[in-house]
Amino acid sequence: MKQTKKSRLWLAAVVFWLVVWQGAAMAIGQEVFLVSPLQAFGTLVQLLPQAEFWQRVAFSAGHILLGFVLGGVCSVLLAVAAERWLWVDAMLAPVMQLVKATPVASFIILALVWVSGKSLSILISFLMVLPVLYGAVRTGLESADPQLLEMARVFRLPLGRRVKAIWLPAVLPAFRQGCSVALGICWKSGVAAEVIGLPDGSIGDALYRAKITLSTGELFAWTFVIIVLSAAFEKLFLALLDKAVARVLGEEAV
Amino acid sequence: MQHNKLEILHLTKRFGEKTLFEDLNLTVEEPAVLWAPSGWGKTTLLRVLMGLETPTSGSVQGVGRVSAVFQEDRLCPQLNAVQNVALVLPGLETQYKEQIETCFQQLGLDLTALVLPARKLSGGQKRRVALLRALLAPSDTLLLDEPFTGMDPETLQKAAALIRERGGGKNVLLATHDRDAIAALGWPVIQLAE
Repeated sequence: MKQTKKSRLWLAAVVFWLVVWQGAAMAIGQEVFLVSPLQAFGTLVQLLPQAEFWQRVAFSAGHILLGFVLGGVCSVLLAVAAERWLWVDAMLAPVMQLVKATPVASFIILALVWVSGKSLSILISFLMVLPVLYGAVRTGLESADPQLLEMARVFRLPLGRRVKAIWLPAVLPAFRQGCSVALGICWKSGVAAEVIGLPDGSIGDALYRAKITLSTGELFAWTFVIIVLSAAFEKLFLALLDKAVARVLGEEAV
Repeated sequence: MQHNKLEILHLTKRFGEKTLFEDLNLTVEEPAVLWAPSGWGKTTLLRVLMGLETPTSGSVQGVGRVSAVFQEDRLCPQLNAVQNVALVLPGLETQYKEQIETCFQQLGLDLTALVLPARKLSGGQKRRVALLRALLAPSDTLLLDEPFTGMDPETLQKAAALIRERGGGKNVLLATHDRDAIAALGWPVIQLAE
C-alpha cells in the first residue's frame, strides 16, 4: 500500500516536471535553446528504428561496461592485496586519492595522449569505477567479523570455505552498494570521454554531432537514452548481484 | 586411541600491569573441568591454548589440532545448524548430514530448527550448534569455554553425555562455573584458584 502511494507520488512528480519543461519550452519558443518533451520524444521515436542507433548503443555500452568490469575485477584484487599487505595499502592510498580527486575532464584529455579515442571510454570508466569499488570492497573486508575469523583460524578452515562463509557475506552488501554508485559514474564519465575522444559510431559522437548541428531534439533524445541505459544496466546488474548475495547469505537476508 | 598429554609449563599472562595468572603448571592426561572464579583468566588460558593469545612467558605442549567452543557462539549467521557444523568437517556437507542430524536430536534440537539460519536460533540452540561443531571437528584437543550457557537442566544432561561420548581419546578441558554441569560430567576438577 505504502509502495503504491510512493509510486503514485513519484509519477506525479515526473508529470509535474514534464509540464514545467513543456511550459518553459513554449515560453522560450526557440527549439535551438530548449525543445519540448514532446519534440524530444518524437526525435527519439525517429531514432529507434535506425540500425545506426542500435550500433551506437552497442558500441558505447560494450566499451563502458568493459571498463566497469575491468574496474570491478582490479578493485577486488587490489583491495584484497591491500587488506593482506600493509605496504600495498600504503602504496595504493595516494593513487586512489589522486584518482578520486582528479577531474574527469583532466583524465580524458591526458588519456587521449596515451590511448586512441576508440578505447578512451574503457579507460575512463575503468578509472572512475576503480576507487569507488576499491573503497567498497575495503569497507566490506574490514567489516568481516573478527570472532568468526578467529574461529576459522582455530578450526583451520581452508581458504575457500573462509571466503564463502565469512568474507563474501561481509563484502557483498558493501560491493553491491558500490556497484550501484559506480555504474552511474561509469556511464557519465564514459560518455563524457566519447564526447571528447569522438570515436566513430559511439553515443558520445552522436551527442557531439547533435551539438554542432544545433539539433537540440537529438541532444535531448540521446541524453534520455543514456539515462535509460544507465538505469537499465544498474537494475540488471544489481538484480544478478542480489541473486548471488541471496545464494551466499540465504534468501531472507536480501 | 593414544594421544599426547597436554602440558602447560610455567605459563604467565599479563595485560599491561595486570597479571592474570603466573607460573601456571598443569598436565592434562584425561578430560577435566577447569574451575576458577570469574576474572581469573580461564578464557585467556583457553585462548593461549588455541593459539589466539601469546603468553607473556612459559609454553604449552601437546595441543595439536584444536576444536573449541568459544565464550561466544561464533556461528556463521547465514548458515543453518547443519551447515555450520559441516563447515569445519573435511569433505562435503552431504557426507555428514545424517550424522549431524542424529547428534542434534541427541541434544534435543528438533529438525525444524536445523533448517533455520543461525541468526534465527535461540541462545540455547546456538550454543548446542557451537558445541556439536566442536565435538565433531577433527582435533587432538577439545577446549570448551562455558559450553552449557543458555541450556536448561535436561539439555545440559544430554550435552554432558554427548561431550563424554565424543571427547574420548582427546585432550579435553572444559571451563565452567556450573556445579550441575560439573556433576553431570563426573570429570576431575582442576581448581585454578580458591
